[in-house]
Amino acid sequence: MNFATKILHGSTCIDPFTGASSVPIYQASTFHQADIDQPGTFDYARSGNPTRQALEEAIASLEGGARGFAFSSGMAAISSVFMLFSAGDHVVVAEDVYGGTFRFLTKVLSRMGISVTFVDATDTEAVRAAITPVTKGVYLETPSNPTLKVTDIAAVSRIAKKHGLLVIVDNTFLTPYYQRPLELGADVVIHSATKFIGGHSDVVAGLAVTREAALGEQLYFIQNGMGAILGVQDCWLVMRGLKTLKARLDVSTKTAASLADWLSAHPQVSRVYYTGLTDHPGHLIQTQQATGHGAVLSFDVGSRERAKALFDRVKLPIVAVSLGAVETILSYPATMSHAAMPAEERAARGITDGLIRLSAGLEDFDDLVADLKQALDQLPSEVPVHKEKEVFSRA
Amino acid sequence: MPSYTIGGREIDMKLETKLIQAGVGRDEKTGAVSFPVYYATAYRHPALGQSTGYDYTRTANPTRTILEETIAEAETGDAGFACASGMAAVHTVMGLFSQGDHLIVSLDLYGGTYRLFEQVLSRYGLTFSYVDLRNIGALQDAIRPDTKAIFVETPTNPLMQITDIRAVTQLAKQHGLLTIVDNTFLTPYCQRPLELGADIVLHSATKYLAGHNDVLAGLIVTKGEELSEKIRFLHNSIGAVLGPQDCWLLIRGMKTLALRMERHQSNALIVAEKLREHPAVAEVFYPGLAEHPGHEIQVNQATGHSGMVSFRVRDVEQVGLFLQNLQIVSFAESLGGVESLCTYPATQTHADIPQEVREHVGVCDRLLRLSVGIEHPDDVVADLFQALNASLVVGGSVR
Repeated sequence: MNFATKILHGSTCIDPFTGASSVPIYQASTFHQADIDQPGTFDYARSGNPTRQALEEAIASLEGGARGFAFSSGMAAISSVFMLFSAGDHVVVAEDVYGGTFRFLTKVLSRMGISVTFVDATDTEAVRAAITPVTKGVYLETPSNPTLKVTDIAAVSRIAKKHGLLVIVDNTFLTPYYQRPLELGADVVIHSATKFIGGHSDVVAGLAVTREAALGEQLYFIQNGMGAILGVQDCWLVMRGLKTLKARLDVSTKTAASLADWLSAHPQVSRVYYTGLTDHPGHLIQTQQATGHGAVLSFDVGSRERAKALFDRVKLPIVAVSLGAVETILSYPATMSHAAMPAEERAARGITDGLIRLSAGLEDFDDLVADLKQALDQLPSEVPVHKEKEVFSRA
Repeated sequence: MPSYTIGGREIDMKLETKLIQAGVGRDEKTGAVSFPVYYATAYRHPALGQSTGYDYTRTANPTRTILEETIAEAETGDAGFACASGMAAVHTVMGLFSQGDHLIVSLDLYGGTYRLFEQVLSRYGLTFSYVDLRNIGALQDAIRPDTKAIFVETPTNPLMQITDIRAVTQLAKQHGLLTIVDNTFLTPYCQRPLELGADIVLHSATKYLAGHNDVLAGLIVTKGEELSEKIRFLHNSIGAVLGPQDCWLLIRGMKTLALRMERHQSNALIVAEKLREHPAVAEVFYPGLAEHPGHEIQVNQATGHSGMVSFRVRDVEQVGLFLQNLQIVSFAESLGGVESLCTYPATQTHADIPQEVREHVGVCDRLLRLSVGIEHPDDVVADLFQALNASLVVGGSVR
C-alpha cells in the first residue's frame, strides 16, 4: 500500500460496532470487567484506551515498527524513551538537538545518573569515538533543528549495532512520509506530533515507535508506569491531522524549496540552510535516506537587529514557537526554540543571532514571497541597538 | 478571584464558591461563563522579544491556567500544575530528587505509585522505605541522613489507614524534609494538607475532582515560590502536561465537587454500616465509622470521609461470585466517579506489589474496595446484598 493510501486505510479506521468512519472518542477512564481472572483488553485508560490505541497502531504502521505509543507532548515522549536507560548509563547525543531535549538531558536526566556526550553526529567517526564501555544508546535528530545538519542514520546504526547500542531518532522534521528511520536500522523513532503530524497548531502530542516488540514492552511499562499519556480528544485530533499529512507536506515542501531558492538569491540574506539545496553539505545523504526535504528551512540575516526588523515587518507568517503547521511560522531560535541552551552552546552550534527559522505552511507561494520581499527589501543595514530587556521563551 | 466585597468589606469565598467561579468572567472579550478551550499550541508574539505570557502550550495554556489557579486556590497553595495523569503528577514531583536521595513512603499505597518507585525510579539511584505512617515513632526511626521527603497517602489505598498529617509535617520540618501528600481520596473539600504543614499536594484528578469516570488527569499544588519554580521547570521540561479539552472537562467536574462529595459520603456511611451487618462480610474499613481506629485523627484533620469503603469477605471463594453478580455496581478499576465501582485490589490496583508485601500490609485476597457513587443508597445496598448473598451459595446450598 502506498503512503497516501496507508495514512487513510493502513490500520484501524472503521469503528467495528457502528461503521463510523472516524474513530470514536472513548472518554471513559475505566472499563467494566466481566471476569476477575480474565481482564478485558481495556481496564484503565492510562493503561490502554481504544481511541489512543487506534493512533498508536496508525503511527506504528506508518513508521514500520512493532509498537506505537502516544504521549502528552513531544518532550513527554523523549523523557519517557530516555527512561529506558538507568543510572550509570551513557548516551551519545547529536549536538544540535532541540533546546528542550538539551535542557531535559542536562538539567533533569543528569541528576538521575545518566551521562550524555554531545557530538557532531554528521561525523560518523565522532559518534564512534564517543562510545565508552557504559554507552547504551545514540540519540539523533536529522535534519537537525535549526541548522538542518544531516546524519547518516544507516551508518550510525551500523556502528551502534556493533556496540549493542539503542539508536533513537527524532523524526519530527520529516515524518514517516519522507523518512523511516526504523528501516535504516534505528530502534526507536520519536515525534513531536504537535508539528507536521498534528499539523494545525492545535494539539500538543508526542509519539514513539519501537521496531521490536520486546523493546515495545519495555516502553509500554514506562508509558503506563509514568503515565505521561495523551488524552483521547488529543489522540483524535492527531489522527485527524494525520489523514492530510501527505497532502499538506507535498504543498509545504514545494513552497519551502522555492523559498530556499528565492532567499538564496536575495542580497539581504547571508546564508540559507535547506537540505534540498544542492550545495547543502548533507544534500547527498539526505536524498539517499529520505524521499523529501521537508518544509523547514533556516536563513541568516546577519544580526539580531536585522532579524528584529524583519520580524517587525512581516505580516503573513505567525511569529511563534513551534513549526509544522498549516500556517507559515517564523521563529527566532536564539530566544525561542533554543532559549533553553546556554549562549556559548548556541554559538558553537551555529545558532547565530541573525538566524531565523521558517516552517512553510499552506499559504499561496506568491503571497509569502511578496510579504518576505517587502520585509527584506526594507532591512536597514544599520539599526540602532535597542537596550530593551530580553524575554526568553520558556518553551 | 478568592474574595469579594460587600459594603467595602472583603469577604473570603468558601470553597464551593471558588470552584463554581472557576473561569467565570475570565474571558473578558466575550464574557463567556464557561471558559473557552484554547486548542492553539503556539501564540503569536507581538514582536521579537515580546510575549503575551503564552508562547507554547506545553509551557502554558490559557484553559490550563484556569484549572491550575483553581486547584491552587482550593488547596490554598501558591501554584498548581495539571498533568496527563495522576501518575504523571507523581513522576513530575519525583523529578525534584536526585541519585542517592531517600524517601519515606506510606506502607499501604496505591500500587501504581509503588510500581513507579520500585521498578522505574529505583533504577536512577532513588531509594524508598515503606513505613506504617500511623506510627510516628516508626517514621522517626526511618529518617536517615540522605532522606529528603515523606510521601503520605491518607486515607491509604485501599486499607483506609489514617496518618496524622500535622505530626508528620512537624517531624519533617525538624529534619528539613519535604512532605508530599496524595490527597486523591479526600480532595480539598474534605482535607487541605498544605494547611496542615505539607509542602506539596498531589491528585489523581481522574477520581473525585473530575468525578465522572471520563477524564484522566493529575494535579500538583505547591507551597512556596522556590518549590513552585522547581516544579514549573520540571512540568515544562518533562512535558507530561494535560491537554486543553481534558482541562476543561476537569474544571467542569470540579464545579460540582461539593455536591458530589456530600452525596458520596452520606451514601458511603450507609453502605459501610449495612455491610457490617451482612454475614458474608468479615471486616469493613471506613474512616467515617466511629470504631475505625483512625476516626479521631481523621475528624481532627478532615471535614469529611469521602466515598471509599473497603471490606473483607469471609472466604476468598466468595470474591468471584460476588463480582459476577453485581448489577448496578461496576467491576472496574478506578474510583471517585458518580457511578459506583468495585475493585479487587489483589489483581487490579495493587497487582504490581509482590504478593508477600501486599499480604503483609493487609491487602489480602479477600479484600474488596468500593467507590460508592451518587446513586440512591438503597439501590446500591440492595445490589451489594444480593451479590453478597449469591457469593455464599455453593453448589445450590448456602456456604
